Amino acid sequence: MQPPIRFHDAQIEMAHGAGGKATRRLIEGLIAPVLGGPLLDSLGDAAFLELGGARLAVTADSFVVRPLRFPGGSIGDLAVNGTVNDLAVAGAKPVALLVTLILEAGLSTEALEIELRAVAAAARQAGVSVVGGDTKVVEHGEADGMYITTAGIGIADIRVQCAAASVRPGDRIMLSGPIGDHGITILLARGELDLEADLCSDTRSVYPMIERLVERVGGGIRWMRDPTRGGVASALNELAADTRLGIVLWEDRIPVRDEVRGACELLGLEPLHIANEGQFLAVLAPEHADAAIDAVRSVRGGEGAVIIGEVREQPARTVLAASAYGGSRVVDMLVGDPLPRIC
Amino acid sequence: MKFVDEFRDPKLIRQAAQEIRRLANPDRHYRLMEVCGGHTHAIYRFALQDVLPPNIELVHGPGCPVCVLPMGRVDDGLSLARDHGVILAAFGDMMRVPGRTGSPLEHKARGADIRMVYSPLDALKLARENPDREVVFFAIGFETTAPSTALTLRAARQLGVRNFSVFCNHVTIIPAIRAILDSPDMRVEAFIGPGHVSTVIGCRAYEFICRDYGKPLVTSGFEPLDVLQSIVMILRQLEEGCARVENQYARVVPWEGNLPALRAMAEVFELRPFFEWRGLGFISQSALRIRDDYADWDAERRFSMPGVRVTDPKAAQCGEVLKGVLKPHQCKLFGRECTPEHPIGALMVSSEGACAAYYNYAMRKSDAVAV
Repeated sequence: MQPPIRFHDAQIEMAHGAGGKATRRLIEGLIAPVLGGPLLDSLGDAAFLELGGARLAVTADSFVVRPLRFPGGSIGDLAVNGTVNDLAVAGAKPVALLVTLILEAGLSTEALEIELRAVAAAARQAGVSVVGGDTKVVEHGEADGMYITTAGIGIADIRVQCAAASVRPGDRIMLSGPIGDHGITILLARGELDLEADLCSDTRSVYPMIERLVERVGGGIRWMRDPTRGGVASALNELAADTRLGIVLWEDRIPVRDEVRGACELLGLEPLHIANEGQFLAVLAPEHADAAIDAVRSVRGGEGAVIIGEVREQPARTVLAASAYGGSRVVDMLVGDPLPRIC
Repeated sequence: MKFVDEFRDPKLIRQAAQEIRRLANPDRHYRLMEVCGGHTHAIYRFALQDVLPPNIELVHGPGCPVCVLPMGRVDDGLSLARDHGVILAAFGDMMRVPGRTGSPLEHKARGADIRMVYSPLDALKLARENPDREVVFFAIGFETTAPSTALTLRAARQLGVRNFSVFCNHVTIIPAIRAILDSPDMRVEAFIGPGHVSTVIGCRAYEFICRDYGKPLVTSGFEPLDVLQSIVMILRQLEEGCARVENQYARVVPWEGNLPALRAMAEVFELRPFFEWRGLGFISQSALRIRDDYADWDAERRFSMPGVRVTDPKAAQCGEVLKGVLKPHQCKLFGRECTPEHPIGALMVSSEGACAAYYNYAMRKSDAVAV
């Protein structure tokens, strides 16, 4: 028997795509109950299939970012890296991609070619092959230039056994580098605010960092996630909810660039809610934490890896940020959608 | 980051907290009201109650512009987008405020043309970019935001932009503070005075609070050290047994206020005879309307709106929370029917609303062990 449908919102709103509370409600309350089976129910970043003795990871992701190009990357980069990263944090080596394009009539061939080249370059960089896809065109005004959907296939790494259920109080939480670069870059690139900052999207494959991490402490990794939409706060709240444990972050250890902090202060945004496209979170058995940090820092681009907090028994299902002066606040999932169409 | 890090210095924060513990008489319970929603937000975001002694209670005041706006005015604004087909431009804070038939965001999802702007000038820009559409700016806020609306109206007149108007819901802080002081359930010993409002109106306007009601007021900045220092200044006054206006936020707030801003407001706005506030009811001379000189840019004169008074859902106790009589979690709906995702009252919506601040930063913390 299928689980009951618990989604009561009358219509779909932008918040349902923001990666926060509303997204989770839509997926758990409507999509999973209707489509679900044993493989879907874990709702991880990728699903695992046993086929002819091989354990494969599959995932898919769609990209509707506006504008198409921004400092540090473009929709083509995101379409590759986003899917590659979903495979990587699931504990799989990314191998192949299917790329589906939805193009708006009137899109210049030049713009399309630029994005195709971006896809090709990002795929090469990430070590994956584009093995197929599809192309559709819709009327002018029906899509914002182009949307891209990518499906990714990876090979499960047997040294990694990530599962929320294996997370224990005392485990450490590692973050690979500074947060919020992607979201704030997109916000500024839209030019709706008269703000400028020297900032780039962090879009990249996180697989090289994870590969080294797995080599060093494979069995010590309990859980991984790339904190994209909804940010670090939403990813960790999902973990807290799934494990029924508490998570304490040490606020002064969370790396945030001054440009991102400044924009967040001005706009009333929380850096922990801002999207990233080239970072990952890992929960580590405490005895492996030091080796894990060393491993990630030894990879180019991973120098900023840091332990930002730990798992506790209490407060259950809650993420807290503790300040250096002795106060603590709850860090909830993202509610609403301050930055629509970020990826 | 300059102007931020030095006011969040953990060592200085611990010192200020220690000074507060030294000054606070352990036999006495202190109820201090922070008038401004920005302070409420800062108090929860920085968990300042955690470093204060338990006998210092911070009471949240009415200074959240979105929260005090009655539902009927939200409906009026939405009717412009729905019935008159205008582009309705509003601050982000307004987007999830419930009207009787849904929030601006829900109306937008159904097709109404509602845009989020960061400044009224952006709304004017929209009007110039869309000459064949009517654009209305949904103006809310205290004296903090009223000058920018005034300057925008001035610019609209100078530029001769005819497809732009303002739905004016600006309110003024002093009558609201007076209403709270006159309220029979009022039990507040001193005020942490608004910071941003005071950059415009200055400090002199608060003197009646000390003179007529014998309560100290300290205008305060919004960083943790600002708020703690303001509490120190208040405790010193209470210890001396005096009541005066002091300015902790002198790096931003001029004692006499911002005269060009006040002049712009006086040129464009006049006081309404009365205006309805959520929770506080009708308060005379507590809100601004657009002067006759600017009638062509006044959405209330250009469009017919329902203008219906809508009472808040009965079970919601927004009014009591706004007046500081109830704490957010003491409301019957808090965290159950009313959450940031499904707000019933506006206090759960705005980042400056006490309920949203409490829900986002403090709820569930009671389970917390020391961290």
